[in-house]
Amino acid sequence: MNNSDKITKYFLFAGSFLILIVAGGMVYSLVGGAIPAFHKFGWHFITSTNWNPTEGRESYGAMPFIAGTMITSVLALLISIPMAFSTSLFVSEYFRKTPVASVLSTLVDLLAGIPSIVYGLWGFYTLRPVIMHLGLSPQGFGVFTSGIILAIMIIPYATSLSNEIIVMVPNELKEAAYSLGATRMEVIFNVIVPNARSGIVASYILAFGRALGETMAVTMLIGNANKVPHSLFDTGNTMASVIANQFGEADGLKLSSLIAIGLLLFVITALVNTAGKFIIKKLS
Amino acid sequence: MKKILILLAVVTAFTACKSGSKKKGTDEKSAKTEISLSAAGSTFAGPFYKTAFKKYFDLTGVQTSYGLTGSGAGIRSLKDRVVDFCGSDAFLSDTEAAQMPAPVVHVATCSGAVDIAFNVPGIDSIKLDQEVLADIFLGKITNWNDAKLKAINPGVKFPDLAISVVHRSDGSGTTFIFSDYMSKISKEWKDQIGVGKSLNWPVGMGAKGNPGVAGIISSTVGSIGYIGSDYAFAQKISFALLKNAAGNYIAPTIAAVSAAGKGDMPADTRIMETNSTAPDAYPISGFTWIILYKEQAYNGRSLEQAQATVKLIDWMLDPAAQGIAKELKYAPLPDKVVQIDKAILRTVTYNGKPILK
Repeated sequence: MNNSDKITKYFLFAGSFLILIVAGGMVYSLVGGAIPAFHKFGWHFITSTNWNPTEGRESYGAMPFIAGTMITSVLALLISIPMAFSTSLFVSEYFRKTPVASVLSTLVDLLAGIPSIVYGLWGFYTLRPVIMHLGLSPQGFGVFTSGIILAIMIIPYATSLSNEIIVMVPNELKEAAYSLGATRMEVIFNVIVPNARSGIVASYILAFGRALGETMAVTMLIGNANKVPHSLFDTGNTMASVIANQFGEADGLKLSSLIAIGLLLFVITALVNTAGKFIIKKLS
Repeated sequence: MKKILILLAVVTAFTACKSGSKKKGTDEKSAKTEISLSAAGSTFAGPFYKTAFKKYFDLTGVQTSYGLTGSGAGIRSLKDRVVDFCGSDAFLSDTEAAQMPAPVVHVATCSGAVDIAFNVPGIDSIKLDQEVLADIFLGKITNWNDAKLKAINPGVKFPDLAISVVHRSDGSGTTFIFSDYMSKISKEWKDQIGVGKSLNWPVGMGAKGNPGVAGIISSTVGSIGYIGSDYAFAQKISFALLKNAAGNYIAPTIAAVSAAGKGDMPADTRIMETNSTAPDAYPISGFTWIILYKEQAYNGRSLEQAQATVKLIDWMLDPAAQGIAKELKYAPLPDKVVQIDKAILRTVTYNGKPILK
């Protein structure tokens, strides 16, 4: 090994070690901060639907926020999959390597660059009146509105990776299928999708992970009601947005409960990513 | 490989240089500027403070930045000692005060009304009595054409429209005043919900700060919520006349808030004036306070900083500042409260020595 190789090696080693330390430090401080809440409420903290910050009656349960986060994210994923899937096929199969495809894929990538607050404003002033006008909900806030905004926000994450995977499906396979008389539809569902399956699933899981942690746009649209939503058009709250809303003034048990929610969000995101990796392994 | 490393080194050195010189620049600048104060808290009193602090800057050159964070976050900032003082519409209870790192004092700066603001097309004014008000915010009355609402508002044509309750999502002194009143008029509220800066709401949706609630009410047909008077006035939102303890329907005017604040004032100014028995008092009125540490020498604050803090607060009690409050729909302090406030300010010290003479 010559000198520059050695330097590079130590440099990279130090860099990755630093990241490990930062990640470890975050887990440490989250767990440390969450201990009082779990000590006081036990496992009940996760299952309880009661979030009562009133002085003298304090009692905290994370279920309204876990439910809100999961429902909005799953809804966002369900709404975004058809759009993301068709965009991927459009860009990587039907109009592959044409100007129109590159324009579309640039536009979709651009969606990822729009700040969250702009999505929130658009949702507040444009989407919410539409929801109210359609009579879906009297005030336009809620799980459904947030789900739609989240769906749009995660489309770029769902498409960009699956585009690359779909492009990578060997041409020989497709040509072989065509030569056997397969229609385009049959090629897509019998050749491309099975081949690119793990990559497509991975990109949707990545997108789901994004939706779990999204804060600002959801805070502006979900209605910030600290209860489990009764229906798709009911108001609710998510883990990220309750932290954003109440962190500023919190101390004592409330602060600990908010940190505990942060820890739970961390755990859920980690589980989703692990599940994603597992699925990819199984499928490929 | 070597080239990359050299490039990396150059880039690092360059950015280091750049950030270094930048830092130096800001240091020089801050050394030159005059004393500046920072505060945060109540959005309820926000319009008053923002205007008054700007006026004070024009008069004296002392700049005060005020963050509209909500009373809860303001108190937290004072506790963490990151602000010179905080604004709050809820006074600290004895237990809360004991949790602060050092003794604090409350200085009442003005009083204001919490309006029950609503948005129903074609209706400018409604009357609400205690029972209907409680039922709406407890989620028992859910439609604007409810018989109870119609009964106390003869002649008003209510549409068939769902009621959307809007409340605060952050810790709020406005919520404290509102819930203090609700607990006095409704046993059910007192038992189920209670008094606090943040509550376990049975119904409705939350928005951040008075501006957030006002924004949702003005853009949502069928909504109702509680906001500071100036917000309803500035955004032209309709408000309800409330039935007070004497049985009269009263609008949230300056006179009606003043009438509520005529009672006795304790020496530490910590008092709620909701549900006043005066015949022409608006029932959801409350003082708003500036809270600061009694001993101003902490965190290495200079004597000048401490003097500027106390002088500003002293000026807030001045007729000039109180006039600004009146222009913005707050009720100015009665003379006797100003005297009590001044006595409190004279107890504020720097290293044990009073700051004001």
